[in-house]
Order: sequence, then structure tokens, then C-alpha cells
Amino acid sequence: MKNTAFLKFHEALGAKIIPFAGFNMPVQYEGIMAEHEAVRKSVGVFDVSHMGEFWVKGPKALDFVQWVTSNDASKLVDGKVQYSCFPNEQGGIVDDLLVYRVDAETYLLVVNAANVDKDWAWCNKQNKMGATLYNASDEISQLAIQGPNALKAMQQLTPTKVTDMEYYTFKKLDFAGVKDVIFATTGYTGSGGCEVYMANEDAETIWNAVMEAGKEYGIKPIGLAARDTLRLEMGYCLYGNDINDTTSPIEAGLGWITKFTDTKDFVNKPYILKHKKEGTEKRLVGFELIDKGIARHDYEIVDASGNNIGKVTSGSMAPSLGIPIGMGYVKTQYAKEGSEIYVKVRDKALKAKVVKFPFYKG
Amino acid sequence: MKIPENLKYTKDHEWLRVEGNEAFVGITDFAQGELGDIVYIEVETVGETIGKEETFGTIEAVKTVSDMFMPVGGEVLEFNAALESNPELVNKDPYGEGWVIKIKITNPAEIDELLTPEKYSGLTVH
Repeated sequence: MKNTAFLKFHEALGAKIIPFAGFNMPVQYEGIMAEHEAVRKSVGVFDVSHMGEFWVKGPKALDFVQWVTSNDASKLVDGKVQYSCFPNEQGGIVDDLLVYRVDAETYLLVVNAANVDKDWAWCNKQNKMGATLYNASDEISQLAIQGPNALKAMQQLTPTKVTDMEYYTFKKLDFAGVKDVIFATTGYTGSGGCEVYMANEDAETIWNAVMEAGKEYGIKPIGLAARDTLRLEMGYCLYGNDINDTTSPIEAGLGWITKFTDTKDFVNKPYILKHKKEGTEKRLVGFELIDKGIARHDYEIVDASGNNIGKVTSGSMAPSLGIPIGMGYVKTQYAKEGSEIYVKVRDKALKAKVVKFPFYKG
Repeated sequence: MKIPENLKYTKDHEWLRVEGNEAFVGITDFAQGELGDIVYIEVETVGETIGKEETFGTIEAVKTVSDMFMPVGGEVLEFNAALESNPELVNKDPYGEGWVIKIKITNPAEIDELLTPEKYSGLTVH
């Protein structure tokens, strides 16, 4: 089991620590509801150092990124970030990721912690064009500072203007006295803020500075549990739950990050294009439970007569909405907004209706 | 963590407070802490007679779901109606306002099989 550079802070703050993706990670400090609310209303800080980081460099860098990822990386400019996925050769998804363009020959891929080894092997296997790849996952720490007051609070730590940064952009800047910190206006909560990448050696300095700068806004440390409810309220996919090696980007509703332009070829493009043109048998949808209860991962979805029509991939009470929500795959004819579906919870079929993402509209 | 002296406990983290041949049942302070924020409690066994260690209901927290078991066999007389709209009472006051069911005990001898506060506290050490 690995530890992040912030573990001692989590322990001192009384976090409940669990093993997650090979790391000892804080799942909860004060309580999910309070942590969730802190992010929605003000600011919270997440240790996301378990995420993986791969550098892609050299004259073949763009060719490589274009081939392994589904989105069109040629549209990126320096300082811009893009959400994307690695399609596999069987029609599924190896992982979802963020692509950062530093310059024309330098890209940073940020991947899920649980998939670092799989992704690294996959990228190397696909690197026929000879881009320079480097796995920096063990050297980089990452904090996500999220919430409506996050940028305002973090502005105190840097001379570079960050409060006016556009969504999904990044800058290399001096932060808390540390040089060359990557400061990105990305996140997984739907409440705005930033994600900050630093060398492990600088992690302590930056943690202390972030907590100090956030003090006047009531900054709270946030665990993995609230990270999950925050992302679920936005309908953001969680790899391993909502997408995996067998779900296609099209059925997962990730057509918007799958670009079929003539200038871009990528792994398994013809098959995924067929999915896009002919439609898929199932679709990932969001739903609200109308009956009382909570839908959870792997619960069965049925129609009014009790016939199986799909499966829940994520589910929880939505703390900001006060209602139970979920995501799941259903047969395409049930994917329309307003469709009535039922979730089997302990042998009872609870009524639910399909709704549009995001659940939480701010 | 609170473990009141006047209660009996199970290894599954329920408590029992005996009042004559009736008793109140709930989950312990330790259990509510492990579950985290509780959002829904389902008890549909009122009127039924259920054996010791059998399921009488389920408790849904934001992240997890857990069954609740009878500390002793008995008839479920009442479900704490306050929990319908305020399930968080179980987090706030697990031994008081957050009680879950009231039962009529079938066999009082089963009470002696439950854990004393001292024994139970041994189960909650990590």
C-alpha cells in the first residue's frame, strides 16, 4: 500500500483512512454531508495524489495522443485541457483522462489511480510512432481545491492572476513560494475551483499554505466519499462504475469527446463510428428515484412488468438535492428523458424516472 | 464513543434496552459512526414475530447499506416514526431519540446471551 505525501495531515485531522487503488486514502473526515456542502457553498480541498501522470514528449507527441485518445487533441492550444478517453480494441474504454497541452511537443495525461499500471502498459503498446513517454505518477502530488470560493482563496498564494482563468485551462506559476506548480481550472465536482500539481517534496508547504489561505472561507478537507457524491450529482462518469473495459464511449454518453474527423485516426475508430451511426443497444442514463430507497451499484433495473432492462452503475442520496439519484445502463428505448423505470432494491421494484444530466444545476 | 451501562449489545452493533417484557432496539454509537450520514431507514416488519439475529430492517447511509438484526427474538410492536422524516436522529442520538424499534420479547432468557457494555466495548477497538 502506498501513502501520499499528505497522509499525516489526514490522520491529524481525524480522517477515516481506507485502502483505495493501492493507496491509503481519506474517505471521510467530518462527515459526507458536511464535506459535500462545504464544496458546494464555499471551498474544500481533496488529496488526489493517487491519480497517475504520464508525460508525452517529442515531435511525435501529438501523433501519439491523437492515436490513443478519442477526443481531438489537435484542437488543443498551449495551456488548454481536454477531457478524453482511451478506447480499447474491443469497443470498451481503457480509462478516461485529462490531456494537458504544455506546448506542441509536451503533453500531460492524467489518468485514474486504479488504472495507472494498465494505462502505462497500454500507452507503451500503442506507441508505434515513437513518442517519448514518462510515468511521473510516483513523483507528483495533486490537490483539488474546489468550490465557489476556491479560486478567490488560492489567488492569495500566487502573483499570477488566476481568478479570471477560463474553465479547463492551466498555467505554470509560483504558488505558495513554490516554482513551476501546474495550476489548472479543472475538477470533478461541478462547483468550480482548481487542481494543483506539485513535486512530492513541495506537498507539505503547499498543503499548509492552502489551508491557511482557505481559512477565512472555512476551507475543509474532503474525503473520497464526498468526492463521489459531488461527481454523481453532476453525472460525471466514474471509471470502474459507469464506464469500463466493456462500455463504449457512445453508449456511455461520451460521444462529445469522441471525434471522427478525417484528420484523426484512433484505436478502434471504425467500430466506435459504427456505434455512433447505428446507435447502441443500451445507454447510460441518470435517474431520480420516486419511491423511497437508494439505488446502488449493480442493482437491477426492470420495466413495469419486472423484465430486466439494465443495471445501476452508481447511486446515492444526493446531498445537495435531498433525493436519491443514480446512473445506469438501460435498453435504448428507455433512455429518453421522463421514461419510467424501476430499480430492484431488496426484491422490491422502486419507481424511478430518467432525467437529464446534470442532476445538480448549481 | 458512548456505550451506556444500562444496555445490552450484539456483535452486530445493535443495542437493547429492556423495560419489563418489552424492549427498545437501536444501533450503537460505533455503528452510526461507521455508517456515516444516515439517509433512510426501512422497517417493514411491524406486527411480525422475528427470531434472534434475524433481519428486522435496513439502514441506508449515503455510501452504504446495512441490515439490522434482532438482538433477541420478539414481536415488532412499533417503528420509531420520527425516523421516517429525520433518519439523522440515529447519528445524533443513537441511544435516545434515534431508537429504531420497540419489541415484545419472546424468551427473556435470550437477554442473558447478549454482550455486556464491557464486552461490547472490546469489539469497537480498532
